[in-house]
Amino acid sequence: MSRVHVTLSVNGEPREMLCEAHQSLLDALRDELGMTGTKEGCATGDCGACSVLADGRLVCSCLMLGVEAEGMDITTIEGIAQGSELHVVQRKFLEAAALQCGICTPGFIVAAKALLDQNPNPDETTIRYWLAGNLCRCTGYDKIVRAVQDAAQELAYEA
Amino acid sequence: MEGYAYARPTSVAEAIGVLQSDAASGRRSQLLAGGTDVLVQMRSNDREPRTLVDVKHIAETNRVDIGDEEVFIGAAVPSAVLNENAQLKALFPGLLESADLIGSTQIQGRASIGGNLCNSSPAGDTIPAIIADGGICVIAGPDGSREMPCEEFVTGVGQNALGAAEFLLGLKFKTPASGSGDAYLRFIPRTEMDIAVAGAGVALTLDGGGTCTAARVSIGAVAPTALLVPEAAEALIGTQVDAAALAAAGAACSAAASPIADKRGTVAYRRKVVGVLCRRASAIARDRALNNIGGSQ
Repeated sequence: MSRVHVTLSVNGEPREMLCEAHQSLLDALRDELGMTGTKEGCATGDCGACSVLADGRLVCSCLMLGVEAEGMDITTIEGIAQGSELHVVQRKFLEAAALQCGICTPGFIVAAKALLDQNPNPDETTIRYWLAGNLCRCTGYDKIVRAVQDAAQELAYEA
Repeated sequence: MEGYAYARPTSVAEAIGVLQSDAASGRRSQLLAGGTDVLVQMRSNDREPRTLVDVKHIAETNRVDIGDEEVFIGAAVPSAVLNENAQLKALFPGLLESADLIGSTQIQGRASIGGNLCNSSPAGDTIPAIIADGGICVIAGPDGSREMPCEEFVTGVGQNALGAAEFLLGLKFKTPASGSGDAYLRFIPRTEMDIAVAGAGVALTLDGGGTCTAARVSIGAVAPTALLVPEAAEALIGTQVDAAALAAAGAACSAAASPIADKRGTVAYRRKVVGVLCRRASAIARDRALNNIGGSQ
């Protein structure tokens, strides 16, 4: 089967990959680029573990094809921290113990950062609706929501 | 050619060329917009290799045009993009709410109302809303484009009127007159991330005295396809959309429904709920219309 050459940007770096036509962006990131931070949960768009930003918009990378990412800017969990300095959302997840097994965490962090980028002061209802497409089977959601609220508060304090 | 292939046409002619060449060679083509249904189907029960024809890179499928007479919504515009368009939201709040109900934030970033329509599920949330708003499907094909009322587009469960070398360019609506309002409501047992048990879309226009002069009512998830219910519209037209008219419209929807029983609800339950949803959606559409009387939207 012929593979398709895809040129894209991942976390600000120009990258190239060879994808099968029906290969998901999730599989292409993990298997072709070796970027395994993005997780597969359900592979049907229900759980959000594979969340990435495509041209700034939050999407499930399991519901995009690698070939569809041609020319796009993709941001994955690996691009959220600045070098060794964690993003405030990542730090607050640690401080609030908002994770157990960690499979859902990259998706939650990418999704939460996307929310705070467009709405720096979301109320609890907004956070819960925004994150309705991210499922956690370990902790329950209260600690996760509190971590996002704490991150928003710190961002507001810094601003 | 075996296996999956991917085509990314950038013009209507190029897309039709791909579809025609596949049709001529007996190869399957699959139209791809946001992919939120297609990719799931490809991985579960329908793995037959095919050409994925990505229609997102054609100018027409990405356009939103709002004119004094007509509104055009490209088939591949993601729901999130539609819901960020304040002008469109003011004109068709019900239609945009129906799109906003589908899936998560992540799904919203990709899924389109054109894709929802072409997936042709009985429970597709945008379909009753499009029908209520009088949406016309603009279909591109080898002989140019043709138009068809949305209520005729879906022909069965997962089936629609698209021919082998055709694809949906977008949807055309008349720009609502002053005194118009629309609404869509669905019932699901939770608040997010579920498939409609029943749904109802209503669009209506009131005159200066608050009397309904035009209405369209459509119901979803209670028959193999979304249905236009003229009897429900007739129950609203000529009234002040008061309690009696709402009850009559609701009863007409319950009577028009021919639901199945499944894990989401029994036949009797769906029949009752679709009437309630029609009543409530009609009341919301009426209140929105009252707010629009005399003013340009």
